[in-house]
Amino acid sequence: MNAQAVQHADHDHHDHGPAKGWMRWLTTTNHKDIGTLYLWFSLLMFFVGGTMALVIRAELFQPGLQLVQPEFFNQMTTMHALVMIFLAVMPAFVGLANWMIPLMIGAPDMALPRMNNWSFWILPFASTMLISTLFVDGGAPAGGWTMYPPLVLQTGAAFPMLIFSVHLLGISSIMGSINIIATIMNLRAPGMTYMKMPLFVWTWFITAYLLIATMPVLAGAVTMLLTDKYFGTSFFNAAGGGDPVMFQHIFWFFGHPEVYILILPAFGIVSQIIPTFARKPLFGYSSMVYATASIAFLSFIVWAHHMFTVGMPVAAEVFFMMATMLIAVPTGVKVFNWVSTMWKGAMTFETPMLFAIGFVVMFSIGGFSGLMLAIAPADFQYHDTYFVVAHFHYVLVPGAVFAIMASVYYWLPKWCGHMYDEKLGQIHFWLSAIFVNVLFFPQHFIGLAGMPRRIPDYAVQFADFNMISSIGAFGFGFSQLMFAYIVIKAVRGGKQATDQVWEGAQGLEWTLSSPPPYHSFSVQPHIK
Amino acid sequence: MASSSNDAPHYYVPHQTIWPFMMSVGLTGLVLGFIHYLNGDSGTFLMLAGAGLLIYTLFRWFGEVISESEGRQYGKWEDGSFRLGMSWFIFSEVMFFAAFFGALFYARTLSVPWLGGAGEEAETHNLLWNTYQAIWPTNGPADVGGEFEAMPAWGLPAINTLLLLSSGATVTWAHHALKANNRQHLIYGLAATVGLGFLFVILQAVEYSHAYHEMNLTLHSGIYGSTFYMLTGFHGMHVTLGAIILTVVLFRAIKGHFTPQNHFAFEAAAWYWHFVDVVWLGLFIFVYWL
Repeated sequence: MNAQAVQHADHDHHDHGPAKGWMRWLTTTNHKDIGTLYLWFSLLMFFVGGTMALVIRAELFQPGLQLVQPEFFNQMTTMHALVMIFLAVMPAFVGLANWMIPLMIGAPDMALPRMNNWSFWILPFASTMLISTLFVDGGAPAGGWTMYPPLVLQTGAAFPMLIFSVHLLGISSIMGSINIIATIMNLRAPGMTYMKMPLFVWTWFITAYLLIATMPVLAGAVTMLLTDKYFGTSFFNAAGGGDPVMFQHIFWFFGHPEVYILILPAFGIVSQIIPTFARKPLFGYSSMVYATASIAFLSFIVWAHHMFTVGMPVAAEVFFMMATMLIAVPTGVKVFNWVSTMWKGAMTFETPMLFAIGFVVMFSIGGFSGLMLAIAPADFQYHDTYFVVAHFHYVLVPGAVFAIMASVYYWLPKWCGHMYDEKLGQIHFWLSAIFVNVLFFPQHFIGLAGMPRRIPDYAVQFADFNMISSIGAFGFGFSQLMFAYIVIKAVRGGKQATDQVWEGAQGLEWTLSSPPPYHSFSVQPHIK
Repeated sequence: MASSSNDAPHYYVPHQTIWPFMMSVGLTGLVLGFIHYLNGDSGTFLMLAGAGLLIYTLFRWFGEVISESEGRQYGKWEDGSFRLGMSWFIFSEVMFFAAFFGALFYARTLSVPWLGGAGEEAETHNLLWNTYQAIWPTNGPADVGGEFEAMPAWGLPAINTLLLLSSGATVTWAHHALKANNRQHLIYGLAATVGLGFLFVILQAVEYSHAYHEMNLTLHSGIYGSTFYMLTGFHGMHVTLGAIILTVVLFRAIKGHFTPQNHFAFEAAAWYWHFVDVVWLGLFIFVYWL
């Protein structure tokens, strides 16, 4: 992709720099400012959710009840999931989309800048509402992030706060996604056809579609919970002709595409980074696009694999099992394409590349355990055990979170104009990569041996692996303080980054200065 | 789109604005008040204050957009973003209704028959309610909410169908008039649409009152009452919202806004109105008729 970026001095009367003082952050309509807000918010929530995880792992360090009451333990598992999914990983991806999509497609800004501000500024309110449930009568929601009735209906004063914070977060995600789709469809530079778009843009394009299609369904599901509890409806009450299992169907119709919402942008990030450090174009670009679209399509017809043990007709079990295993095909295409991109490449291993390779290897482990879980008769054994916990943490932590960290190392020099400390970055990678495996790999074993998830105490035969896992958790958690340190250090100063930053980097974003001007591409470049 | 670097069109990026932040404050106040109310405390003041701020902010925010539009700040390029934004917003609304239609279909084709003993392993039927017969409409095996009458399709609902379908026609009439620069017919068409829309809402209120007082059909009437009120209620709220949007468009038309070439707000309101119309047809068929 050759770009002729035309950089103009800002003479036009439409252009304006950032507002002075802290009001800048409240009132900004600038995609870079809003992206920055999203990313800092996400980092903060990453530590909030991480602290909750450490409470869980501290309690599980030894069998028996040590530190917290079972009720509080359940609040921690529930809140850890909600915070990490809705307040850490999703905002991180939206922040990256805000920062990078306009730069990558040569757009002046996001398509709907005022709405963009609102998408972000709902988040602090919604997250405060959600996290403050820890301090109300009856404590935070403790029935699991999946909010299954009838259990979730026993939540105390936190219940309506949970429901409405989900509504608010949904509004934020839907508006953010509408903005991303409108930007991609309407603001691409002349000559940038769909099949020339960088893969990060493509994966977000498809992710935004998934979000718009599924977040309203979640809103409907939690609205029915609310009316069942307070207004006497019988959606999930068999006595009135409803069915608690119906909630699970509606929830997972949202929930499974949500899984891909959490991973598709990560695929996009890795597909940007590997070609840069392999110094080769991405292998199989168009197959990557089609694979992403196939995964998105399949994500709508596999939801009940989360419910194999709940009681379904056998035909449904078989259908959802087969459809789920089909997902391995496009996902395999992606993994093989990343490996083929590296094949005979002139590779170097800077921190973003290390995280990207870590992603490919460890995401694949999570993919394989997912394939095991897809087999309905086997899932009867694995369901709700630590094997499931190990599976989804492999795809989410060394998967999604590693990709986010890779992207921060990759684009941080572009954002702030300074190189991060490469040595510290590499140490951060190796600590993370080692501890994340110490943390999650033993959970496969205790899960297969039968340890159920979401319990504060366990039989003594699980003690050793739990202790190892907890040591990994604290190692991983404290290693992330390094990440915050490295980022802050780079923002405050450091070696000046060049425009291209990385020798092998291709694409429009690298034609701008580092950091880019407040308004980039006021005049669009032409793509040949 | 841009053809050469000097005479390239300039995308309008608005200046700093406080309205989105104020929207969040208002919305949070509204929701927190409601949360207090649901938890048995008094949240009325917070709710009203939040709603007030929300409405004021919407007024100012849209006011700003309208004056920018009238000030010719938007060209074809910005117009494209607005169109995409509105289309995808309507798609998200479709998916919101899909959740409730899904609940209705699931109950009617799966869970209610299972409660009545369909399938081989329906133990709820054998062990708990072995005399229950699954006949729609139902309030479930425990007769939740007591005996009730189902809402027949061919009374008020049929009239409401006619009202909404005619309002779809009148809004199209207004659109044709706008494109032909016939301002008078534009205003007549819009006024008729708004009138039909609010008449629909009034008739639905009459229907609800009838259902509550004479048919014992309430939100408590098991799965039938739940799906009936949830679907028609959310639809009614959307009709009300659509009618308010059309009212704003009507006032703008009276003030002389919109040109035959440039009238995105009108079109967005009309799209929304047609969406509400189509949802109603689904409701009429699956909730009232079948």
